[in-house]
This record gives sequence, C-alpha cells and structure tokens, in this order.
Amino acid sequence: MSTDAVIEARGLRRSFGDVHALQGVDLVAPAGSVLGVLGPNGAGKTTAVRILTTLLPPDGGSATVAGLDVVKDAQELRSKIGLAGQYAAVDEYLTGKENLEMVGRLYHLSPAESRSRAKELLEEFDLVDAGGRTAGTYSGGMRRRLDLAAALVMRPPVLFLDEPTTGLDPRSRNSLWQTIEDRVADGTTVLLTTQYLEEADRLADRIAVIDHGQVIAEGTSDELKAKVGGERLDLVLEDEAQAAAATEALAPLADGEPAVDGASLSTPLRQGSGGVVAAVRRLDDAGVGVTDIAVRRPTLDDAFLTLTGRPAEEASTDGEEPA
Amino acid sequence: MSSLRWTVSDTLVLAMRQLRRIPRQPDLLIGYTIQPVMFVLLFRYVFGGAIATPGFDNYASYLMPGIIVQSIAFGGFVTALAIADDMNKGLIGRFRSLPMSRIAVLSGRAFADIALNALQLVVLIGIGLVVGFGFGTDVLKVLLGILLLLGLGFAFSWVFCLIGLLSGSAETSNAIGFTVIFPLTFASGAFVQPSTMPDGLRQFAEANPFTTLVDATRHLWIGGEAAPANSDVWMSIVWIVAITVVASFLAVRRYRSLAG
Repeated sequence: MSTDAVIEARGLRRSFGDVHALQGVDLVAPAGSVLGVLGPNGAGKTTAVRILTTLLPPDGGSATVAGLDVVKDAQELRSKIGLAGQYAAVDEYLTGKENLEMVGRLYHLSPAESRSRAKELLEEFDLVDAGGRTAGTYSGGMRRRLDLAAALVMRPPVLFLDEPTTGLDPRSRNSLWQTIEDRVADGTTVLLTTQYLEEADRLADRIAVIDHGQVIAEGTSDELKAKVGGERLDLVLEDEAQAAAATEALAPLADGEPAVDGASLSTPLRQGSGGVVAAVRRLDDAGVGVTDIAVRRPTLDDAFLTLTGRPAEEASTDGEEPA
Repeated sequence: MSSLRWTVSDTLVLAMRQLRRIPRQPDLLIGYTIQPVMFVLLFRYVFGGAIATPGFDNYASYLMPGIIVQSIAFGGFVTALAIADDMNKGLIGRFRSLPMSRIAVLSGRAFADIALNALQLVVLIGIGLVVGFGFGTDVLKVLLGILLLLGLGFAFSWVFCLIGLLSGSAETSNAIGFTVIFPLTFASGAFVQPSTMPDGLRQFAEANPFTTLVDATRHLWIGGEAAPANSDVWMSIVWIVAITVVASFLAVRRYRSLAG
C-alpha cells in the first residue's frame, strides 16, 4: 500500500439483493489529487461514495480515508470529510445562512464559529444576497453551490462529490468546476463521480472507469485516451456518395476502419502519417470535396466506447442502485 | 464522556431546525388546526345527537378528550412525511455523513413536535370550550392531563419517525398511518362508549390503549362518577413509556442501518 494515499479502497464489494453494485473495486487517491470515478448510471459510483463516506458498510473488502477505516473508525472519519451529492441536500425551508449554520453546529463548531463560517462561505459562493432567503427559492445552480458550501464548512481535507454538476446548465457547471479547482489548489483531496467525460477530463488527475460494479480501466486522462490509439481525423464530405472514395484515398494513412455517418467520416490515424496536410492532398488527388476537416486527440467518449463496447450515453442501467 | 453533551446539543440544533420550519409551512399549520376543528364540529353536531353518553353533561364533554387523543396521535403523521421527505431529498444522507449523534435527527424531531402538539391542544381545547365542553376538576389535574397528552404526542412522534424511515415515501407513510392507526383510534372509547359495541369489538375497545388514554384524560379533566380514576392514569403512563422506548429503539436502529 502506498503511504501517501488519502483514499484507498481494496476489493470493495456490495450487493443489494440480486444486484451486485460493487464487485471488487480498488480505488486510490494520493494526497492533494483528484480521482475521477467515471461511469454510466447504475455502474456503482454512488455505492462506492456511500461506502467511503461511512453511509453504507461494505459486504467485503476494506477502505481507509485519511488513514481511518470506513467501518471501524466511522465516527472519527466523519469529521475529516465533506460530502456533496447529486441531490442538493439542503433544507429548502431554511435560509442559506441557516443551512450552513446548522451544518456548522452539527460539526460541533460553536454558535459564533458557525455564524462566521457561514458568512465566509456565503461570500465565497456568491450567495450573500440570497443568504437570507429560504433555499426552496434558489435556482438549481444556487442549491448546488449551497450544498457544496455545506460540505466545506469544516474545511475537510477530503471531499466527496457525487455527480456534482448533473442537471446543471453549462454556466453553473463552469462556475462549480472553478470552485472545485480552487479547493484542489488549496490541497484538498477530492473523489469525484461523474457521467460526464468532459468533467473527468477537466478536473481529474487520475480516472477510474467503472462499469457493472468493476473498475475496467484506470489511469490519467491521457493514458486512457492512448488506449484508444492516436489521433483521429474527422471530416465532412461535400457529397455523401463519395464516402467510399474518401475511405480508399485515406487508407494508407488510416489505422483501422473509418466510422461513417452520412457525410461525416472519422478515422484513426497511423502514427507519423502526416496528419491533415497529407489527408487533404490525398483527398484532393482523388477528387473528393470536403467542407470540414480536422485532426483531434481522442476524447474520453472514444475511450469509453472502446473500453465498454458502447457509448457512455447509451450505457445500460441494469446495475441500477437503489436511491 | 462528552458524547451525552453532543447528543443534547445536536438534538437542540435539529429541534430548532424543525421549529424554524413551522411558520414557513402554512399548509402544514392548516392541517394541524383546521382539520381537527372540522372533526370536532362533525362529531359534535352531525353524529353527536345520535350518540348517548350516560353520565356526561353532554356529548361535547365525552367527545373532546377522545378527539384530542386522536388528533395528537395523528399529529405524528406530519413527522413520518417529513422524515420520508428528508430521506428522499438526501438530507438524512448528509446528516449521517456528519460527526453528529445518531439519535439527534429523530430526537430533535420528537422534541420539536411537542411544540406543534401544544399548539394543537390550545386550538382544540379552545373549540371544545366553544361547543360545550367544560373542565370539572382542579387546575393541577387539568395540567396533568395536558402533560399526559404531550407525552402521548412524544411517544407517537417516535412511532411515526419509524414509519417514515421504514416507508421512505410520503405515500407509503400515509397508507401505513391510515390503515393501522386510524381504525385503532375509532375502535376505542374515543367517540362512543364501548359498552354499546358488539361482542369482540367491545373487548378490543376496552383493552385498546387509546381507550386507556382517553379515559385517563376524562378522569383528569371531567372527573366525577362518570369518569372514575380506575388505573387509567398509571396505565397511560406505562403505555407512553413503553411505546417511546420500543419505537425509539427501533427507529434509531433503522436510522443507523439506512442504505443512504
């Protein structure tokens, strides 16, 4: 076992009746890093977070967070972690300020400390004006910010974020990402679950891809992308009927069969093939007209497709975990 | 040990949470006040004329202790709905992830319910006095009766905490509450004298703890030959303590083992 791992899970197993939500999951996050747990709905992400935050005992395996066992040292561990969930867990009949003060008191801060901490967090999360309104009147983005603020009341060294931006509009998502990045810059260790490849790509140092309760790949974003091969060439044809001609013209550059979808064509490129310049020359020589052409690095979408055999969006939900 | 201190502190924080919510939920306040008043009017004036209660001044005197016991027992309903709502919204998950007492979410709720029940008592006693109910004993006994009813409310808060935790949804809480507790309160001496009921039902009503509670309240508030002491007051205390102990034990155990 590595000595500086703040989150370390070994062989975690958990079933709900016939549903095997986790089937031997290993997760490691060194101090100050962000571990992204990426997977479709029902993959077991939330179950893993529940076990690591002491809400649920594992059926098998073991886990430590900040050096404390999630089962044996549960009560002590709870003072070291913050949890923000996909359901913005705030009391909608309390104001933003009252919510944060209540959480402070329940972390056993004094009334005065709870008040000053609530004030700081409202400022930090741009909720000063809304602080006196009940959370029921907040927009989705504001509730998530309040939820995240509540998780940060104790400045916990370890932060668990269970799909923090699911259902948010792009602007709210961006501002939440920025907040999370600020925390990481301050040295907080973060475990983040997400179904958004873009989110894992932006925030996570290392990514564990989880599917059907098992980690099917683990590594940095770049390492995962490398598993899918090198760069890809995407192009849009002037005329759909020329797809075959284009495929033939690009064959010497390609590393595998292209994916054709109407006028769009995407093909993996062989290393050192000359990239877009070579491609344009060959297509020109073959008399194939293109309206758009670009070389791109593979995305995590491509990685997910390769690893699981299906796109992330269409992933099955047969391992659905109870709410 | 400081853990007792934190249990008290956490309970107070969560009781305060509930008390703050009360004035912000006007619909809930209507349920707590208007509904029982309608029940009083219904029984007093629609059914009351056809119900004989020998020994009592009028039906209002017989009815009020019964309807108050029923309303107090039922007040806990809101507790089950609120606990189920907290679970669905992830709040219980948040509380369980905090280094706080494992009983405080429930005990805070149960203590805050005392305030709601006191409010309900004031409204019901008020309407009772308007429709012809009158106290026939001394202040001490009236206050003892009120304490007994608040104790009953406290015990039923735990019962409904358990129902809320077990059902996990407002709909299921409703179903459990209505199919179990509603008949229990009617198959008692709350509204009519059990001696008028057929065999089987009569014995059930006489043994029903709701009858014991109602008779104890009648003794403490009305007294006289119509409402003798018997063992009802003591037995009521025994019932209240027993229900509280069993329901709180089961509710806390359930809370600890929740999956979320």
